[in-house]
Amino acid sequence: MPYLDHAATTPMYSEVAALMTKMLTDAGNPSSLHSSGRRARRLVEEAREQVAAVLGARPAEVVFTSGGTESNNIALKGIAWDQRKNNPKRNRIIISSVEHHAILDPAHWLNESEGFELNYVPVTNTGLVTPAALAQVINGDFDSVAVVSIMLANNEVGTVNDIAALVDVIRGTGIRFHTDAVQAPLWLEINFEKLGTCALSVSGHKVGGPHGVGAIIMSRDCSVTPLIHGGGQERDVRSGTLDVPAIVAFAKALEISVAQRELQVKKISKLRDDLVAQVKSAVPDAIYNGELTSRLANNAHFTFPGCLGDSLLMLLDAQGVECSVGSACSAGVPQPSHVLLAMGADEDSARCTLRFTLGHNSTEQDVTALIKELPGAIERAKRAGVPKTLASVGEK
Amino acid sequence: MRVLAALSGGVDSAVAAARAVDAGHEVTAVHLALSRNRESLRTGARGCCTIEDANDAFRAADMLGAPFYVWDLSAEFQEAVIDDFISEYAAGRTPNPCLRCNERIKFQAVLDRGMALGFDAVVTGHYAQIADGPVGKELHRAVDMSKDQSYVLGVLTHEQISHSLFPLGDTTKDEVRKEAERRGILVAQKPDSHDICFIPDGDTAGWLSRRIGEKPGEVIDAVSGDVVGKHEGAHAYTVGQRRGLALGRPAPDGARRYVVDVDVPNNKVMVGPPTLLDINVIEAIRPSWAGPQLVDGMKVGVQFRAHGEEISAVAFNTPEGFRVEMDAMARGVASGQAAVLYEGSRVIGSGTISRTRRISDADQTNANRLVGTN
Repeated sequence: MPYLDHAATTPMYSEVAALMTKMLTDAGNPSSLHSSGRRARRLVEEAREQVAAVLGARPAEVVFTSGGTESNNIALKGIAWDQRKNNPKRNRIIISSVEHHAILDPAHWLNESEGFELNYVPVTNTGLVTPAALAQVINGDFDSVAVVSIMLANNEVGTVNDIAALVDVIRGTGIRFHTDAVQAPLWLEINFEKLGTCALSVSGHKVGGPHGVGAIIMSRDCSVTPLIHGGGQERDVRSGTLDVPAIVAFAKALEISVAQRELQVKKISKLRDDLVAQVKSAVPDAIYNGELTSRLANNAHFTFPGCLGDSLLMLLDAQGVECSVGSACSAGVPQPSHVLLAMGADEDSARCTLRFTLGHNSTEQDVTALIKELPGAIERAKRAGVPKTLASVGEK
Repeated sequence: MRVLAALSGGVDSAVAAARAVDAGHEVTAVHLALSRNRESLRTGARGCCTIEDANDAFRAADMLGAPFYVWDLSAEFQEAVIDDFISEYAAGRTPNPCLRCNERIKFQAVLDRGMALGFDAVVTGHYAQIADGPVGKELHRAVDMSKDQSYVLGVLTHEQISHSLFPLGDTTKDEVRKEAERRGILVAQKPDSHDICFIPDGDTAGWLSRRIGEKPGEVIDAVSGDVVGKHEGAHAYTVGQRRGLALGRPAPDGARRYVVDVDVPNNKVMVGPPTLLDINVIEAIRPSWAGPQLVDGMKVGVQFRAHGEEISAVAFNTPEGFRVEMDAMARGVASGQAAVLYEGSRVIGSGTISRTRRISDADQTNANRLVGTN
């Protein structure tokens, strides 16, 4: 079945699945003091070293979490609280307007419930955050900012930001910079030291590893207020018994992803370029969104004017082609994409999108199957039309 | 057929969809999200659109092997049902939002979109029957009269009925619950939903006054013309209403007083004895026909409420709709309500009541003599 939704989750590498399965029956709590405990502890520390090595970080900077969402929550809440505790003037949070909900929602919460001021950095019409735009939002008032969070690569349209250049804007100001790199490790080189951020989030199931595990890479000087209190495992930042098989499998998956990256980028970007060319020729009015070059190798994102994304998804799904509307769902209802809106689209066209994302096991047949089904789906979706939005009828 | 099953998360729509699968249809399930700000969990029997309901619908679809999607119809629902409900009340009429939802959402927005996407019909858990008649599909009452929903489906056109399936019309609710148990549908014992789904606390008057505003005015005795009380806005009252009048003094004869008329332009609420609520002629506008159109002078049954009684009558076409002359008095019928006409168990059609009258026997004879002038 053509699976074109690897940005949502990508299948586990078979060797990672085998490795993890073998470990599931082994006892051993890394916090225990006996030999099983030490063995488990050793596996976790080796995994930590592996993760550090492939991400250009030091082992002590790697904190294992339950995944990207938790990492992002630690970064925003943990850093914001810690900064304000040390200096009450640091009461401002700055994020880009195209962040994932795992950043947007904690930021809204900090704004609404914790009294932090929240500012958004606007993006270009390709979804790019520029250093100039960031500087403009900071507006010279560096002392009031607790944390800046700007994603490395956008999950919807695949736009890749120059994080090092953005970090330069705040270097030496005491502002802490976090980047959500969840979509990046398969396709982009990540060197934590060179990027210069204070913190960086990664997730297991986006890189061919298991669900429910991830990490936040935090520099030594990046202190945070913990969100989860307990046994103090993981640098006192994150408590909870460590999931040894998941952590080991995650590290292995990350290692494989990085080792194969150059090859995969070459192969998958060519397949993606084919997909884009064929979609454009099958559906001439399709609009290709995002950056042409500064873009994830596996991402293709289109607006299909007059075709509701939900309708297209349903029609393609019925033919066995799986993709995504790209934007977040609220209880199964796709919301108009905040990313497209931030890039300047109107609400109607922000609902007429589809995202196709490829992965390590994608093939030409997947693209061929999509192109076979797409024109028929477009025709029907167009006939069904684009219903009104709540904004247009004026909700009371 | 390729069939779209509208799953609410309740037991009826789940069993209806299961029966459609059994009948050999290719079933795709949709759950309608009618609000963007849904409650997470269901509390009590009110409302029908929580996230818990969406999950129940997902589980039911999954058991049937049907693909499941959520369709966001919140904008259509806001405009066609909620805004309409407010403006009808503001104009002193008494709308039926469930009927309106069937008319504009379930069998229009959903059916239209489904047909465009390549489906042949919509299946729902409504209690009504569709039968083949001399000129195509006909809508009939359900076997279980205590659950019969033909009244709220009376607004469907013949075209819409022709693309609808109501597999529960020949079954009682008890049997449906038993069948759900037998099929292992988890929501078998879920309580029925009642009341207006977008007013979860059930306080319709409070909900309306927050949106329409309070506008104090006088309550007037329709018999004596005396001012007998005050109200916070005529729109909050419904003809036939007895509770919540807060009248200072009893009527001279000591009998209970009812709202007998609501005059929104002059912001007056008229009260009086129940006999003033008796009417035997109604006029209806915006008719829709479930099958062949009404024939002038036809003997019909007319119904004014979802589970109200059917009154026998004679009906006539008018330029804007139809007029119904009843054999007996009906009590508490208000403008804005729907009048649904039946011939036996068959639904002829429905219209929105625009005027009600009471005429004496003499007038009635006179009126009957004028048949044909319309």
